[in-house]
Amino acid sequence: MKSVLYGSVCAAALALGANAAMAQSVSDDVVKIGVLGDMSGVYSTGFSGDGAVAAVKMAVEDFGGTVLGKPIEVISADHQNKADVASATARQWIDEDKVDMITDLTNSAVALAVQQLASEKKTITISTGAATTALTGEACTKYGIHYGYDTHALPVGTATAIVKEGGDSWYFITADYAFGHALQDNTSEVVEKLGGTVVGSSDVPLASTDFSSYLLQAQSSGAKVIALANAGQDTVNSIKQANEFGIVAGGQQLAGMLVLISDVKSLGTSVAKGLNFTSAWYWNHDDESRAWKEKYMKYSGDAAPTFPHAADYSLTLAYLKAVEAAGTDDSDAVREELGKMKIDDFFAKGGSIRKDGLLVHDMYLLRVKDGNEDPWDVAEVVRSIPGEEAYFSLADGGCAMAQE
Amino acid sequence: MLNLILAQAMLGLNNGVFYAMLSLGLAVIFGLLNVVNFAHGALYMTGAFLALILYSYLGVWIGIEDLHINFWAALIIVPILIGALGILIERTMLRWLYNFDPIYSLLLTFGITLVLQGLFVNFFSASGTPYPGQPESLRGVVDLGFMIFPKYRLFAIGFSIVICLAVWFIIERTRIGAMLRAGTENPDLVKAFGINVPLMVTLTFGFGTGLAGLAGVLAAPIYSVGPLMGADLIIIIFAVVVIGGMGSIMGAVVSGFALGLVEGLTKVFYAPAANTVIFFLMVVVLLVRPAGLFGRQS
Repeated sequence: MKSVLYGSVCAAALALGANAAMAQSVSDDVVKIGVLGDMSGVYSTGFSGDGAVAAVKMAVEDFGGTVLGKPIEVISADHQNKADVASATARQWIDEDKVDMITDLTNSAVALAVQQLASEKKTITISTGAATTALTGEACTKYGIHYGYDTHALPVGTATAIVKEGGDSWYFITADYAFGHALQDNTSEVVEKLGGTVVGSSDVPLASTDFSSYLLQAQSSGAKVIALANAGQDTVNSIKQANEFGIVAGGQQLAGMLVLISDVKSLGTSVAKGLNFTSAWYWNHDDESRAWKEKYMKYSGDAAPTFPHAADYSLTLAYLKAVEAAGTDDSDAVREELGKMKIDDFFAKGGSIRKDGLLVHDMYLLRVKDGNEDPWDVAEVVRSIPGEEAYFSLADGGCAMAQE
Repeated sequence: MLNLILAQAMLGLNNGVFYAMLSLGLAVIFGLLNVVNFAHGALYMTGAFLALILYSYLGVWIGIEDLHINFWAALIIVPILIGALGILIERTMLRWLYNFDPIYSLLLTFGITLVLQGLFVNFFSASGTPYPGQPESLRGVVDLGFMIFPKYRLFAIGFSIVICLAVWFIIERTRIGAMLRAGTENPDLVKAFGINVPLMVTLTFGFGTGLAGLAGVLAAPIYSVGPLMGADLIIIIFAVVVIGGMGSIMGAVVSGFALGLVEGLTKVFYAPAANTVIFFLMVVVLLVRPAGLFGRQS
């Protein structure tokens, strides 16, 4: 009798305990998503900026605005491309504002710093704008996810296509920080594997305005291909000035390693015509993407989505679905769900998030075309690149944690 | 190889335009007022922004969407506005510091730099905005034989050489210039001749800052207009002034163009040294001729 009584007390206590756990399933009764990006600098159009915040907010609305009965809140901040500013903001978000997930993280130096910091504090980061493979390679962490593209996936399409068309000697104009160097290294690897040579390179500080002297060095190197291992406004300025100084007219070919459709639009398709570039997504690729773009433009003030913006939407939905499936916003449980899920939407076809945090999905080789009715229809899809071809394998990625 | 040297030399000359015009204004102000104007770079940046505002924003702000005040008009209006801003700074702040150590005016102008930069970062973005108002007649390129060179940059080189020569002529060869030089040499004596020295000082400061504004307009179509464009340049400009000789007009102009050239040529032979070669030369000049190449050795 006594033991029955004891047993039921225990059961009641367990039930109560379980209830208490359920009530705590969403910490602070709100799921907070922080968009930490370059809101005013060279990467503020196309990568971060209002376009990224719009995509995340749109995903939250499409999800219904609540998860597990609790409201979802989106906050954003400008990291000014400075790793220290980004770290300070992330620390404040996690410690004071109880942010559950940080995304965007454009700029590889910023992403590496914040991913490290957030992991120490057991907070999930999902980088979209950053490109370096180190995020899921030597600097991989348990809670860090890289969603969209990386410096290995970009050159596979572009460089392969160019070398096969006869562009076998390369000169690099490289953004002088983690991202640019990673992109140059990965591209050189592809070029050399196919029998091409790299004849030289110039390192240019981020956000330079005058590329002319570097372009002249590239011109005098005699390389057939001048590769731009930079992004955003830097790419736009390089291409513009290459035209100003008659470099393309002189017979050398430009290859943008990271080009967004917003860059092409600001250059004008007549200037950029024929440029090959690799993208994680293109809005005019299929009906599902076209429909999504139409809807997105209502949120973004009529700017068409670039691939990082589409990735921002896709990852926000994936994250919220994972929170729902896990029944909690606890980082360990959500990360586990994200690893189990198939990510198959308009953005990522046949995608999945690996143990090292990398989303593997198909990429596209695009070519700029001229003279279209829609000013945002700047390119055609030349080829789709299967995820396994585009990305490092888990074994080659260099993430020690994932090898165990 | 020869073509590359000539091409980099042209680009160096192109950068030298801005070194020369900015160090010229700085030298005029230092020579006549003994003030180290740290705000010079910020005023250059403000000049570039004013050109951008006149072309792209003013019309929208006052409700006339089609109003674009063009480059040629900006070339006249902006230096006047920046000169007026300079006069305001001199009258309301700087003049109270003339009796103190020059370090005070340096700190004041440094503070003004930070305020101006902060304002533009706040209202525009930290990155650059391209200036769309480049005149139609200066678009396109010229084939120089050894390189293709944009017409506008050629114009900028020619225009600034004319301005520099004109300023040198006014100060060294005219009556007004003579009065200015006398006023700094011995203000009390010049006052005794019935010349209003404080007014002269104010106008000189306005003139020097107006030159910075003019350089800003000239730079707008080449570089993106951004809040940090002056900060990037001001340290180099100070090095140019030191090498030329503090306060020497000719020294500022000649060393401005010459250092642009040296920098350009360094890029041909050893590119990573291009950013430091000017400072290396500054150290050498300070060791050998402490008053600068064109300064009066005392």
